[in-house]
Amino acid sequence: MKILVTAKRIPDPGQKIKLKGNALDLSAANWQLNQFDEYAVEAALRLTEDGAAPATRQGAVTVASLGPADVQQQLRSALAMGADKAIRVEAKDEELDAVIVAKTLEKLVRRDQPDLVLMGKLAADNEGNDVGQRLAALLGWPQATFACSIQVVDGGKALLVGREVDNGVEIKKVRLPAVVTVDLRIIAPQAVKNGRTAANFAYPEGPRYASLKGIRAAKDKPIEALTLSGLGVSTALQVKTHGSELPPARQAGKKIASVHELVEKLRSEAKVL
Amino acid sequence: MLDFELPEDLRVLQKTVREFAAAEVAPFCHAWNEEERFPHELIPKLGALGLLGMAIPERYGGAEMSLQAIALVVEELAAVDGSVAITVASHNGLASGHILLAGTEEQKMKYLPDLASGKKLGAWGLTEPGSGSDAAGARTRATRLDDGSWSLSGTKTFITQGSVGGTYVVLAVSTPEKKQHGITAFIVERGTPGFRAGKVLEKMGLHASDTAELILDDVRLADSQRLGQVDHGFIDTLKILDKGRVTIAAMALGLGYGAHEAARRYARERRQFGKSLAEFQAIQNMLADNATELDAARLLIRRAAWMYDQGQRITLAASMAKLYAAQAAMRACNRAVQIHGGYGYTREYPVERHMRDAKLCEIGEGTNEVQRMVICRQLLSRGELHVPHVLA
Ligand SMILES: Cc1cc2nc3c(=O)[nH]c(=O)nc-3n(C[C@H](O)[C@H](O)[C@H](O)COP(=O)(O)OP(=O)(O)OC[C@H]3O[C@@H](n4cnc5c(N)ncnc54)[C@H](O)[C@@H]3O)c2cc1C
Repeated sequence: MKILVTAKRIPDPGQKIKLKGNALDLSAANWQLNQFDEYAVEAALRLTEDGAAPATRQGAVTVASLGPADVQQQLRSALAMGADKAIRVEAKDEELDAVIVAKTLEKLVRRDQPDLVLMGKLAADNEGNDVGQRLAALLGWPQATFACSIQVVDGGKALLVGREVDNGVEIKKVRLPAVVTVDLRIIAPQAVKNGRTAANFAYPEGPRYASLKGIRAAKDKPIEALTLSGLGVSTALQVKTHGSELPPARQAGKKIASVHELVEKLRSEAKVL
Repeated sequence: MLDFELPEDLRVLQKTVREFAAAEVAPFCHAWNEEERFPHELIPKLGALGLLGMAIPERYGGAEMSLQAIALVVEELAAVDGSVAITVASHNGLASGHILLAGTEEQKMKYLPDLASGKKLGAWGLTEPGSGSDAAGARTRATRLDDGSWSLSGTKTFITQGSVGGTYVVLAVSTPEKKQHGITAFIVERGTPGFRAGKVLEKMGLHASDTAELILDDVRLADSQRLGQVDHGFIDTLKILDKGRVTIAAMALGLGYGAHEAARRYARERRQFGKSLAEFQAIQNMLADNATELDAARLLIRRAAWMYDQGQRITLAASMAKLYAAQAAMRACNRAVQIHGGYGYTREYPVERHMRDAKLCEIGEGTNEVQRMVICRQLLSRGELHVPHVLA
């Protein structure tokens, strides 16, 4: 199976946010791979390998990102985890919106013709959650979002995708080629079943670490550099950011002397009782 | 152009090891140390990541990394736990380093793959109860028998992985009258008759690292277990120690940095006199000195590792890096405990553990005094004072 995984770099969500005027100040940001994209890389690797014998991989995983030159480091991390090649489309973050990203990915998909596009359900910086859906629409492909499990069926022609919805898990069958976006639980030990790995095989929880051998091998793997204009994507922004502001500071809590007082305050001030 | 940036692959490596240490070491290492227990369960994970065969070529199952990379890994591990750092540093550098340096092709094929995967842990025995800094004073004897095989008898002490090792390299006196030029190295497998671990030593720090005596009582070894040429053991040892010292320096740096980072965070959170500690100039001075001295140590380490990776001799640069880093780490840990006040003196906070662990770096693989001897021997043997292009 040929899989295209999309990857965005985001500022470390654990870092404190700084503003410069009414814009985000990202000059001291620690950039990292969006965690859901890292889960998508892990899912793609599980789909293309035999868990018990990872060296006997079948299929290929390409990781694509839009971003400045520094993104190469996040791509190299994905290659070190085991992806086969990477594509970087040169762009500054402020030059992009979901439409441009989706149209760029559409060009890549039409060019490379993967069987599956795997994406994080959203990027944890702006929590947009729309590139996957847009891409599926542009391609006219079936989509399954928020996947918590993926199983290859019909001899590799379709996927059964589990989606966590409010009242349980919905199982959706999508024909390939398709767009699937993944949620947190896709990295559970048995969430991905590719039909080759033994049914009872359990991966360690979470995305794999890049091993030292993987890091060495990644040095020689190709990262293709492309441009928006080279791909023929219009660079006119349709979404403009007019400003950012911090949420109001939280007020200090109150110390309470007794349970009695607590109940009283929950009743009279918080009005939850 | 002089470039102080880590290359991309080393940044990826740093990230991997940092994440690994945060997930697989940090939650557990306090308990390992309190229980004074060697964390056997961690070894397969270290092996799977490739951290146990870092210097070993790929054809023997290793990851074949530069010394720069190895130092970076040890630093990252030590920032979280000194015991795991010394386990990794000694396993990669000493026994497997000696086999890599002096071993025959058969010996490499036989021993390196299991060391690289972590199936066997490596231990390296030079120090004896009566000879430490003066390694040439070793008394463990290697007697050649008529059929060309060997008999080893004696006692080693302070041996890292001494009781948990699978593959040991032991140095023994083969030609007593030749002093340090009469020492030979041997590979001894766990379970060889006459060979056993003695007492496991109780230490000030590094409680989750195994340090033990080795007892050799007429241990019979075929000549194929001899590592390197007869009487060449000490010369090979000096090369191994040059490299090993860079990793002990990196361990010191990591310990100092881990303590410093904890103190930096604590100074911002802890309030006294209505202010955070970080607002007091006396505390700021300590943080500034820590950051500066640790950075200087880092530069000495990076340079020594770089010289090694360029194929240069690093005796002087490695001793300078280890001497300075070990002392900087002790000072940094001491200040970090001071900034934590009474909490720093309790075992609730990791800074006191880092302080106890860091002390080893002033002793192991050559004490501070020995490093100064090495440094001065190099300085005084040079004809004229000159500033070479690598400044060492
Ligand atoms: C935790 C730990 C792990 C270790 N792991 C290993 C291992 O895996 N393998 C191994 O072989 N060894 C190992 N060692 C041993 C270590 O290398 C020695 O402890 C060290 O070399 C010092 O030797 P010593 O303890 O005999 O001290 P000594 O040599 O007796 O030194 C005592 C003091 O005298 C000073 N001194 C000695 N000679 C001179 C001199 N000429 N001039 C000025 N001062 C001098 C020393 O600097 C020191 O301060 C380990 C030690 C420890 C504590």
